[in-house]
Amino acid sequence: MGQTIAEKIISRHAGRPVVANEIVIVPIDGAMATDATAPLAIRAFRSMGGARLWNPNRVALVIDHAAPAPNEQISNLHGLMRTFAREMGCILYDVGEGICHQLMVEHDHVRPGDIFLGADSHTPTCGALGAFATGVGSTDLAAAWLTGKTWLKIPTSIKIVLEGSLRPGVSAKDLVLFLVGRIGSDGARYQAVEFTGAAIRSLSLASRMTLANMAAEMGAKTAFVEMTGLTLPYSYEPIQADPDAVYHAVFSFAVSDLRPQVAIPHAPDNVVSIDTVAGTPIHMAFIGSCTNSRLEDLQAAAAVLRGHKLAPGVRLIIAPASRQVFTMAVRDGTIDALAEAGATFITPGCGPCVGTHQGIPGDGEHVITSTNRNFRGRMGNPRASVYLASPAVVAASALRGVITDPADVL
Amino acid sequence: MSILRGIAHVYGDNIDTDRIIPGKYTKTLDDHLLASHVLEDLDPEFARKVRPGDILVAGHNFGAGSSREQAAIALKTAGISVVVARSFARIFYRNAINIGLPLVETPDHAIETGHLVAVDLEQGMVIDETAGRRYSSTRMPPVMVAILREGGLVNYLRRYGDYNDVEAR
Repeated sequence: MGQTIAEKIISRHAGRPVVANEIVIVPIDGAMATDATAPLAIRAFRSMGGARLWNPNRVALVIDHAAPAPNEQISNLHGLMRTFAREMGCILYDVGEGICHQLMVEHDHVRPGDIFLGADSHTPTCGALGAFATGVGSTDLAAAWLTGKTWLKIPTSIKIVLEGSLRPGVSAKDLVLFLVGRIGSDGARYQAVEFTGAAIRSLSLASRMTLANMAAEMGAKTAFVEMTGLTLPYSYEPIQADPDAVYHAVFSFAVSDLRPQVAIPHAPDNVVSIDTVAGTPIHMAFIGSCTNSRLEDLQAAAAVLRGHKLAPGVRLIIAPASRQVFTMAVRDGTIDALAEAGATFITPGCGPCVGTHQGIPGDGEHVITSTNRNFRGRMGNPRASVYLASPAVVAASALRGVITDPADVL
Repeated sequence: MSILRGIAHVYGDNIDTDRIIPGKYTKTLDDHLLASHVLEDLDPEFARKVRPGDILVAGHNFGAGSSREQAAIALKTAGISVVVARSFARIFYRNAINIGLPLVETPDHAIETGHLVAVDLEQGMVIDETAGRRYSSTRMPPVMVAILREGGLVNYLRRYGDYNDVEAR
């Protein structure tokens, strides 16, 4: 019987053929935690009697969720992570290096065919390069640090076939918002999502990461983006599902006519085409997060804003995905164009997406953001309304002061 | 694992982890601080009215969103003895078991707030004693039963040092 991508990767790790719904204990290839989850993982690891990491070269800690620290309590948690990393000899990315998932890809900590655990729900982002990457909590991660293993129920898989090609100004974010709206917030619960089809073959790695990233908003355990057309800085063997693999469901969408999409308050699957909400006033705009803050995202915003000024009364905050992204955007003039337009830059990291520091909206304010979740209170204030969109839509909306289709300003 | 009995607090579908514990409160190792803000944006009165042993009851996809284990810790520390939901988001489900907060997936329950509810974890049975109705639950994988029996993954690994292959089968 044919295998899905998830079944293939897990079979290789288990050393025997496995099928969906089996439970296996498998070795992992890497584990990552952030300042939102590492402190609890460190506490759990110590309580388990942990003295040494199973493999310090495969363990990364990233300070990105509240970096730099907004108060002494969080600063002390960062200190706990630094001390732990030093004692254990593991990898540490400190304040300003960037967002965990971006760093795992940029710095080659995850490769096609790996089983990778992240103590962060957007870990499926790394499925953009064919890894079985899945989010866990702190105690599961601590157990992986100790044993180099985890237990998994092999997920059933959903195949999403995307036919056609995206119109100019329509991005992977619009595509994935559309899909989250169609599949629903628990439509892929416990499952692996395989994205395939002509529409994704021309997408960059960055766009593929955007796509895999928001599989989390469908409830997915992991996601894979078809590897056709994907160039990585090393040679690799593409992982493909067998033609006779068994799927829980197959969805097919023609995407050539897709318009920009917006998720309206207060759920990521509450998705409408931009015409429905165009004209809604906004107060704050944010470009950032593991979903959309890579170079192409900043460039898309700069293409809209170059030579213009933000609408009066609108603040635009930008947190690049990493130091590397930031320096590339400095060199190619992207940062200059955005700063001239009136954008404010903050530390590469999660920024306002998680509502812990920097850029918390006020009561009654409307926020348009390139992030992934608009749950009530997500950005730190339950009395604010959050709209999710692509970087181009965020930039166009910041330019006009109301939710705007970038096609109207380009 | 014995029978848990308590008063039900009932909420709806898609209760995400941001509503269980907002991200702004999660950066701490003080479990009681987490408990003092539990479900704050959903029901500001909850942290005050919850009593040790009470049972949280919800609809579909309970615990969606973030991987924050603080959500399960906040509920447990606040005194919740077991969560009954029609379905759970997967990371929350693992987290709760790992920290020793029992869960039962009970797809067709119609429990109402204030009802006295008994949960038999061993049998996977949920009994609404006030309404006189019984519901059966989805069976938990053996590896999870083993972890829960030890009171969580920390205790499990302290005892065994590694995952036990036999329990995965």
